[in-house]
Amino acid sequence: MRRSMLFLPGNTPNIIQNGEILGADAVILDLEDAVAPTEKDSARILVRNAIKYMGFGRCEVIVRINSIDTDFWKKDLDAIIPVKPSLIMPPKTSCAQDVLAVDAYISQLEEKLGMEPGSVGLIPLIETALGVENAFQIASACKRVKAIFLGGEDLTADLRCKRTKEGHEISYARSRMVCAARAAGVEVYDTPFTDVNDDEGIYTDAQYARSLGFTGKSSISPRHVKAINEVFSPSLKDIDYAYEVMEAIRIGKEQGKGAVALRGKMIDAPIVARAQQTIQAAIELGLGREA
Amino acid sequence: MNGKVVKSLREAIELSGLKSGMSVSFHHHLRNGDYTLNMVMDEIAALGIKDLTLNASSIFDTHAPLEEHIQNHVVRKINTNYMSAGLGHRISEGLMEEPVDFRTHGGRPRDISLGITPIDVAFIAAPAADCAGNCSGKVGPSACGSLGYAFPDAMYAKKVVVITDNLMPYPLRGWSIPEIYVDYVVEVDAIGNPQGIVSGTTKITRDPVGLIMAETAVKVIQHSGLLKDGFSFQTGAGGASLAAAQFLKEIMVRDKIRGSFASGGITGYLVDMLNAGCFESLMDVQCFDLKAVESIRTNPAHQEISAMQYASPAAASAVVDKLDVVILGATEIDTNFNVNVHTDSNGYIMGGSGGHSDTAAGAKLSMIIAPLFRARLPIVTDRVSCISTPGRDIDVLVTQRGVAVNPKNQELMQRLKDGGLPVVDINELKEIAERITGKPQKKTRAGRTVANVIYRDGNVIDTIKSV
Repeated sequence: MRRSMLFLPGNTPNIIQNGEILGADAVILDLEDAVAPTEKDSARILVRNAIKYMGFGRCEVIVRINSIDTDFWKKDLDAIIPVKPSLIMPPKTSCAQDVLAVDAYISQLEEKLGMEPGSVGLIPLIETALGVENAFQIASACKRVKAIFLGGEDLTADLRCKRTKEGHEISYARSRMVCAARAAGVEVYDTPFTDVNDDEGIYTDAQYARSLGFTGKSSISPRHVKAINEVFSPSLKDIDYAYEVMEAIRIGKEQGKGAVALRGKMIDAPIVARAQQTIQAAIELGLGREA
Repeated sequence: MNGKVVKSLREAIELSGLKSGMSVSFHHHLRNGDYTLNMVMDEIAALGIKDLTLNASSIFDTHAPLEEHIQNHVVRKINTNYMSAGLGHRISEGLMEEPVDFRTHGGRPRDISLGITPIDVAFIAAPAADCAGNCSGKVGPSACGSLGYAFPDAMYAKKVVVITDNLMPYPLRGWSIPEIYVDYVVEVDAIGNPQGIVSGTTKITRDPVGLIMAETAVKVIQHSGLLKDGFSFQTGAGGASLAAAQFLKEIMVRDKIRGSFASGGITGYLVDMLNAGCFESLMDVQCFDLKAVESIRTNPAHQEISAMQYASPAAASAVVDKLDVVILGATEIDTNFNVNVHTDSNGYIMGGSGGHSDTAAGAKLSMIIAPLFRARLPIVTDRVSCISTPGRDIDVLVTQRGVAVNPKNQELMQRLKDGGLPVVDINELKEIAERITGKPQKKTRAGRTVANVIYRDGNVIDTIKSV
């Protein structure tokens, strides 16, 4: 389960060494924007060693590499693929070809290292207008893509508008991303809320993202993780309802009914699918029981 | 009025009969804003007096001129409870021929009252005083709140000089130290810099690791069985400790728990807890911020206590012995729960026990909050560089990666496990830290002794070697 993803600068050992205890479901170890060009090599070594020797416990590990229009991205992958992160995040992904270039290079490395093909997934970061328009092609570019990720800051620069707390300027991009991801059958994650001192605003922003259909949300501050986890966790009411749905389906099957209703409302396939997702999330959070 | 007010510091020193080889004392409520210690020592040096024993409840970086007085043999010996890194580093490098004697906030008044460390002349910086020497820290341009640590000096020194920048009409209202102890009063332009005396506000940490530890600390208190009506509490002014106080307040207010008292150095957060009905009283030996100063001045439930009442083992009874829970810090803690708050990882002096050992000994639950590592250094070690507080007095260590309970306290261990807290063996915490940071090479302790660490019972529990 990835409700929250926390960006950690790849050149800050003090922060990285506490990465696993900050409450996020995933950490994104950043080799790109957070790291100055002069520190790219040391960050690469630090991130590689942190994954290899320290580990992040139950926290999933994602590494944001440098974009494919730089000289750094292949060196990043050379260093990081051998330590088997869960996902690689290529930034500034604007089309399927960008994804395929990274996919091909990772495949080469996997073969060379004797790793299982496709064992490292991709979560392309979409942060250009072109990328948003090509979101479905990016999400469905190859099997390695497990999710897509919206980057609101760079996108607003590309859109030539101001990034605001309310986020009206990225409404279209958010909806388009969710639609593209669901059409491609992958997960979708929302851009960080960047005012680290606004403890209320993060709730509003995360609730809005969830209402649109995002799977989870990223953060640049550990202080936002709790809010994101709360918003993207199923409520106890949701969980109870999901179990009621599954119980109604079970009874309906026993009774040989073709259509099943709960509280006067028909239970169709999407409702069952959502109930199953909710129960799965509840189990992962220790709130569930087998249906 | 009477003949106590003298024209100058020099006159007061001369009248006090101070001679070479005697001892002088100072209190530290003006903290890093204090002017008086330097003023007095400069005057003493100018008078040609040498070989003094300096008994100061704490020494801060603002007291850097002491180095010159040590080099010139004006000061031969130092007794203190805390020394910040400035002079501490120089002492560690062998500045003094005689070792510094570190005591605790309770041990100092004990030894003064028992005549073990007699004081010939006490100099008491007073934010307000009258011509007879009645004095207080609660009002005036240099207000610092409580004068708790100055009480034993006033009561037991052969001569007492009050230094004030706020001479008020007799009788001073709400005096803390009464005229009966005071021999001379000196008015000066300023006794301290208000900026350095108390901070405007003490602030809760925003560091996520600190907040995680604070949340865990409060869960430990909740599951200890001690958090109920009549609860008593002490915590320091560090960011994580303050966060713990804030979280504790929320729980006490929510569950309508009416505690008895909070004690020690008082911050605005403890004042907020008092005002929210979490405690009946604050027992204040030192104020840390302006809110605490305002509170002690205006709220009768916020009470000033002397260092003896706070923590002296020689007193008939003391506040620390009535504490339920104390939250403390550590620069190092070892697998036997011994705590170091005197030296840094390189063995340099940069602190002192203050009330650490006193509260740890007295409280039913003594809790250390410390990150498992600071930068590249693990905090849990095989043996601390210096034992400030013995492990027998520590019940639990709270880190960001788990809680270690002293095996001597099996009941607490079981309570915390039952409460679902991440209880981990302290050896395991050490291994987790070393897996991340590596095992640092330990500094050897082979130099000459530059300081003795004297436990509150008067016994030397460790020595600090030169670096």
